[in-house]
Amino acid sequence: MYSQGLTDAKGSEEPQELLDAFQKKIDAEIKIEPRDWMPEAYRKTLIRQMSQHAHSEIVGQLPEGNWITRAPTLKRKMILLAKVQDEAGHGLYIYSATETLGVSREQLTTELLTGQAKYSSIFNYPTTSWADIGAIGWLVDGAAIMNQVPLCRASYGPYARSMVRICKEESFHQRQGYEIMTVLARGSEAQKIMAQKALNRFWWPSLMMFGPSDKDSKHSEQSMKWKIKRFSNDDLRQKFIDATVPQAEHLGLTIPDPELKWNDDKQGYDHGEINWDEFMNVIKGHGPCNHQRMQARIKAHEEGAWVRDAVEVYQANQQKIKEEAA
Amino acid sequence: MEAEYLYHYFLRLADTSLTMSQRLAEWCGHGPYLEEDVALTNISLDIMGHANLFYQLAVEISETDVSVDDLAFLRDVDGFRNPLLTELPRGDFAYTMVKQYFVDSYSLLLYRALSESCYQPLADVAKKALTEVQYHHERSHEWLKRLCMSTEEAQQKMQKALDELWFYTSELFESDEGMIYLQKQGIAADMESIREQWHSMVESHLIQCQLILPESGWVATGGLQGEHSEHLGYMLAEMQFLQRAYPGCDW
Ligand SMILES: [Fe+2]
Ligand SMILES: [Fe+2]
Repeated sequence: MYSQGLTDAKGSEEPQELLDAFQKKIDAEIKIEPRDWMPEAYRKTLIRQMSQHAHSEIVGQLPEGNWITRAPTLKRKMILLAKVQDEAGHGLYIYSATETLGVSREQLTTELLTGQAKYSSIFNYPTTSWADIGAIGWLVDGAAIMNQVPLCRASYGPYARSMVRICKEESFHQRQGYEIMTVLARGSEAQKIMAQKALNRFWWPSLMMFGPSDKDSKHSEQSMKWKIKRFSNDDLRQKFIDATVPQAEHLGLTIPDPELKWNDDKQGYDHGEINWDEFMNVIKGHGPCNHQRMQARIKAHEEGAWVRDAVEVYQANQQKIKEEAA
Repeated sequence: MEAEYLYHYFLRLADTSLTMSQRLAEWCGHGPYLEEDVALTNISLDIMGHANLFYQLAVEISETDVSVDDLAFLRDVDGFRNPLLTELPRGDFAYTMVKQYFVDSYSLLLYRALSESCYQPLADVAKKALTEVQYHHERSHEWLKRLCMSTEEAQQKMQKALDELWFYTSELFESDEGMIYLQKQGIAADMESIREQWHSMVESHLIQCQLILPESGWVATGGLQGEHSEHLGYMLAEMQFLQRAYPGCDW
C-alpha cells in the first residue's frame, strides 16, 4: 500500500483537447497504457505514488526479516520466509510497472537511499516482540488490502494489473498474521500480554498508514479525478477500523483508544484523534527506526556494489565471446 | 539398534539443512540486488522445508513423543550433528556463494543417491528435495562463474572465500558406525563414493573458474559427534530464544 496520499501534482500547460480526451477515457474506465498520451502531472503523480509503494515493500522486509531467525517454530519460520519473499517480489513488480513510465529502477533506488523518496511510515517502527509479526500481518497487511483493492481498478493499466497479482498474496499475509495473534491470545498469560502490547504499539501507526485526514490531504481530489484513488483517506481508514474492531474483540484484545465506540447513526465506529504530529515526524525522517532502516538499505547497497559490478563485467564478457564466435 | 542409527542419520541430514537455511535467512533484506533478496529467501525456504521433512522422519522413528520443533529448538550444541561448514557465519556474498556451491553440490549428489534408498520414506523425501536442489546447484554454479570470471576484486574475494572454506568440506563426507551400517543395508548413501564424485565435479568447476585449490592445512571435523565451532551456540541462542524464554507454549 503505502502511498499515504502524499503525492502532489502540479498543473501544466498541455493542449486542452488532449487533456479532455484523456479525462474522457478515464471517465469511461478505459485503462491508460504506457504508450498512450498522458498529462505530465499524471505521470509524475503515478511515479511518486508507485515508487513510494515499491520502496515500502522493500523497506518492509526489514522489520519482519528481523524475526525470521527467531521465529518460534519451523512452520512459522517457513511462513514468514514465504511472506517476506512475497513482499520483495511486490517491490519488483511495482518497480517494473513504474519503469513503464520512463524512470529506471536505479534512479528510484537512488532517490530512496538519498532520502528524497518516501516510504510508508509504518516500517519506521521497531518489531520488538514476536507478537509484532502477528500484528503486522493482521493490521499492516490488513490496511494494505483496504488500500490496494481499489487500486486494482486504478486507471493506469500496469499499476492496476500489478495490484491484482499483489492483492491475492496480501490476503494470505493478513491471515497468517491474524493466526499468530489468535494463538498468542489463547496462549499463556505472558503470550496474551505480548499480543496486547503489540496491538497497543501498532494500532495508531496502522491508522496513520491511510495518510493525512481528508481536510489536510490537498492532492486527493485530483487523484480521484484521475482514478488513481477511488476512496478518500478517511473513508478507507473508517472501513479499516470497522473491519478490525470486531476482530480484536474476537481475540479478546483491547484496542488502545478509550474514545472508540460504535455510532449507530453512521453505522461505524467513532475514534479518538490521531496524533498527527507523530505522523509528520515519522514522515520527515524522525521516527524510531527511520535512520536504522535507511542505514540497513544503504549498507546492503554499498556492500553489494562489487557484486553488481562483477555481473555487469561478466555479461559484457559473455557478449563479447558470443560476438567473436559468430 | 537400527532405529537409533536411523534417528541419528536423519538428524545429520536435518541439522545440516536447518543450519544452512538459518544462515541464508540472515540475508533477507540485505542482498546485493532485489532479485537476490527474493532468490536467497526462496532457497532458504526450500532448504528449511528439507530440514522439516528430515526431522519428521526422525520423529516417526523415535520411540519418545518428541516433535519436530523439540528437535530444532530444544537441543543444545552437543546434540546437533551438522558439519561445521554449515554453521559458519554468513560472511560476505562471495563467502556465502562458495559455501552454497559446496553444499548444493554435496546435497545434489547425496539426494540423488538417497533417492535409491530402500527405506522408502527417505527415498521419497530425497526425491522431492532433489528437484529443488538441482535448481539451487545450477544457480550457485552460475554465481561461481559470474563472480570468478569478471572483475579482479570479485575474483580475489572468491579465492579468499575458497581458501577459508575448503578445509571444512572434507567433513561433509564423514561417516560414523551407524551410517556405515545403514549403508550396508542399502538405506544410507555411500559417503566415499559421494566424496569422489564431489571432488571430481567441484574441482573441475573451480579450475574452470581459475580458482586455485588450497594445498593443505587444518581440517575441520567433529559435527557427527556433536563437537562444534563456537558459532553454533550463538546461532542456537538466537534461533531457540522464544522456545527457551517461554517454555511449553504453543505458537
Ligand atoms: Fe506487499
Ligand atoms: Fe504483505
